[in-house]
Amino acid sequence: MNILVVLIPVSLFLGALGLAFFFWAMRAEQFDDPDGDAARILRKDFDDHPQE
Amino acid sequence: MEHVSPAACGACMTVPRDSVPIAANLVLSLPTAHCASCIAGVETALLAQRGVRAARVNLTLRRVMIQADPDTDPAPLIAALARAGYEAHEMDPHLLTGSERLGRDLAMRLGVAFFAMMNVMLLSVAVWAGGEGATRDLFHWISALIAIPTVAFSGQPFFASALGALRAGRLGMDVPISLALILATAISLFETIQGGDHAYFDAAVMLCFFLLLGRYLDHRTRLIARSAAEHLSALEVPRAMVLVDGLEVARSISDIKINDLVVVRPGGRMPVDGVIMQGTSEIDRSLLTGETLPVLAGPQTVVSAGEVNLTGILTVRVIAAGRDSSLHRMADLVAIAESAKTRYTSLAEQAAGFYAPVVHLLSFAAFGFWMWQTAGDWRVAINISAAVLIITCPCALGLAVPAVVTSASGKLFRKGLLIKDGTALERLALVDTVVMDKTGTLTMGSPQAVDFTSHPEWAVQVALALAAGSNHPLARAIVAATLARPADITQITEVSGYGIKGIYRGQEVRLGRADWCGAPPVDMTATYLRVGDQTHAFTFEDQIRPGAKEAIAAFAAMGKTMYLLSGDATAPVQALAERLGIDHWTAGALPAEKLQFIHDLNRQGHHVLMLGDGLNDTAALAAATVSISPATALDAARAASDIVLLGHDMAPIADTLRIAKQARLRILQNFALAVIYNVIAVPLALVGVATPLMAALAMSASSITVSLNALRLK
Repeated sequence: MNILVVLIPVSLFLGALGLAFFFWAMRAEQFDDPDGDAARILRKDFDDHPQE
Repeated sequence: MEHVSPAACGACMTVPRDSVPIAANLVLSLPTAHCASCIAGVETALLAQRGVRAARVNLTLRRVMIQADPDTDPAPLIAALARAGYEAHEMDPHLLTGSERLGRDLAMRLGVAFFAMMNVMLLSVAVWAGGEGATRDLFHWISALIAIPTVAFSGQPFFASALGALRAGRLGMDVPISLALILATAISLFETIQGGDHAYFDAAVMLCFFLLLGRYLDHRTRLIARSAAEHLSALEVPRAMVLVDGLEVARSISDIKINDLVVVRPGGRMPVDGVIMQGTSEIDRSLLTGETLPVLAGPQTVVSAGEVNLTGILTVRVIAAGRDSSLHRMADLVAIAESAKTRYTSLAEQAAGFYAPVVHLLSFAAFGFWMWQTAGDWRVAINISAAVLIITCPCALGLAVPAVVTSASGKLFRKGLLIKDGTALERLALVDTVVMDKTGTLTMGSPQAVDFTSHPEWAVQVALALAAGSNHPLARAIVAATLARPADITQITEVSGYGIKGIYRGQEVRLGRADWCGAPPVDMTATYLRVGDQTHAFTFEDQIRPGAKEAIAAFAAMGKTMYLLSGDATAPVQALAERLGIDHWTAGALPAEKLQFIHDLNRQGHHVLMLGDGLNDTAALAAATVSISPATALDAARAASDIVLLGHDMAPIADTLRIAKQARLRILQNFALAVIYNVIAVPLALVGVATPLMAALAMSASSITVSLNALRLK
C-alpha cells in the first residue's frame, strides 16, 4: 500500500494542473466562440504567416 | 538597495483579462452568419469602413464586436454589411457585459465542481470496492480536503438564492438544494472524524456539478437572447429645439412647457404632442399606428410624440410633453398590460412547489422515526435523513427543464429565432390562437417599387435624381430600386408636403403627389413624375414578408385560429388578409383596442400568440400568452415580446410551434423520469439501507437519462 503515498499526491497534482489550465482557458476566453474558432482554421488568410 | 523581484514582473504579465479581447464599443447581431467565409466577409467589410479599428465575429453568439472611434454611427456599418450580403442589427453593448461576466463566473464554478467530482469519485470508488480501516479513513480525509472547499466555492449561487428565498419567506428549489449540500458535507465530515463507514462527499460534489450544469445552461439560453432588450425611452428624443423670442434654443424635454413652440426638422422625431402652427410636411406615423403611407400635415394638424417629420420644417405648439405625451401614455398602457397578464407558472416552478415541501417532510419524518426507533441514536437518525435529502435532491429535476430548453433554443437559434425567456417555449406549446399585425410584421413595412422596368430609362433617371435628396419613404424606395445613373437636374427643391421639383434640359420636372403633378391618380400607392406634359406613375407595394404564406398555411394546418389586427386602412388590410388566407381581420385598430382584443381572447380561455412590431402592438405583445417580434421591430416591441425573429424570413415561426410542443412533452417526460428514480430510491433511503454508492448511481443515472431525453428533440 506504500505506493499510495506516491500515487495520491501525483493524481492530486495532475488534477490541480488540469484545474489551473482550465482557469487559464476561462480567463483567456478560449471558450467564448467555439463555433467561430472551428470555422476560422479554414480561412486561408494566415496560412503562410501568422497574423501581425 | 531596492530589491526587484522577477516574480513581480511575471505577475504583471498574467493579469487576468476580464474584458473582451477588443474593447468593443459597438455590437451588431448577425442572424445569418454561419460559416468561415461569413466571418471573413463581415470582418473585411467592416474594416473597410471609416472609423472601424477592429472587428471580430463571434460565430457562436452570431455577433460582431466592433472597436470603433467614439460616436461612430452604426447605420453606415449596417448598410455596408447589407451590401456585402449580411443582415445586421444593432445591439446595446452595455447590456451584454454584465451577463457575460455572470456566465464566466458560473462556468468557473462548474469547472471546479467537475474537477472535484472526478477526483472524489476516484477515491470513493476505491472505498466502495472494499477499502477498509486506515485506507478508508485516509481516502475520506482526502475527499474532505477536496470537497469542502469545492462546495463552499461552487455552491455559492445556490446558497445566495436560498438565503434570498428564505428572507422572502418562500421555499424555493434552492432551499432543499442548499440544505442537502450543507448537510451532506457536514455529516460526511463528522463521519470521517469518527472513522465511520459512509461519507457522502462524492454525492455533495456531484450534486453541485449537475445542478450548476442546469443553472449554466439556463444562463446561456438567456445570454444568447440578451440582444433584444431595450426600453421605450430610447424612442424619446432627449432634447428639442424651442423657439424663445424668435431664436432656437436646445432644451431638455423635461423643461418644455405647454404652449411652447418647438421646431422639428425633416428626418426628426416629434418630441412632444402638439398642433402644427407653421409649415407643411408629411409625417410618418407607421410606428404608432401601423399606417404604411405618410400623412400630409399642415397648420392645425395634431401630431403625437414619436412620429417622424419627413419633408418640411414644422413649428409645433406643445399640447403635452414628457409624462403626459402620447408616447408615455403608450408606455403606461404596456405597464398595465404586463401587470394584468395572468402570470404563467412555469413547469419548473410547479415542480419545485410540489417538491420542496415533500422532501423536507420526508427528511424530517425519517429523522423523527429513526430517533424513536433507535431510542435517541441521533447519529443514525441524522444519517438517514441526510441520505433521504441527498437521494431526493433534484439533480434530474434541476436538469429536466434547462437541458430541454437549451436543446430546443439551440435548434431555434440556428433557424433564426431568439428565445428571450426560457418559459416562452412552454407557453408557446399551449397556443391555440395567433394574432398578427400587418405593417412590418406580415409585410416588410417599407414600400418597394413594383413596375420599374416598364418606364423609359430617362424617366427613371430623372425620378432618381429628384428622389436622391429626399427623406420620403417613396423617394427612398426609388433610390433603392434602381442602379441607373441619375439624370443631370439643377435647382432641385423639395416642396414640403407635395414633392420635389427641378429643372431638366430647360423644363421643369416634378416628382410627387398626383394633384401637384397634374397626373391622373392610380388606385395604388404611387408617386408621380411630370416632365413637360407627360406624366408617369411609379407604383409601390408593401411587400409580404418572405415565408409569411408558408407560416400561415402551417398555422392553418395546425388548426390555429388566426386574426389580422392592423391599425392601417381597410383596403390594404382586407387585400392582405385575402391574399394570405386569413379569415378574421380588423382594420383601423387603435393600440388600446388591440390590447382589449387580446384581453378578450384571454378571458375566453384562449392562449394567444401575438406577432407584432410597432409601438401600437407593444401593449398587445405584453398581454398575450407569448409574443414574437421581428428584429426590425421597435425596441419597445422587442422588449415586450418573448421571442425575436432574427432573419427576414417568417417561415421558421411555424416550426417553432412544433418544436415548442415537443419540448413541453420532453420536459414532462423528464419529470416523470426523475420521479421514477425517486420512487425506487427514496424507500431504500427511508428504511436506512441506502449507501453513498446507491446515491451516486441514482444521481448520475437520472441526470444522464434526462439529458439524453432532451437531446432526442427533433
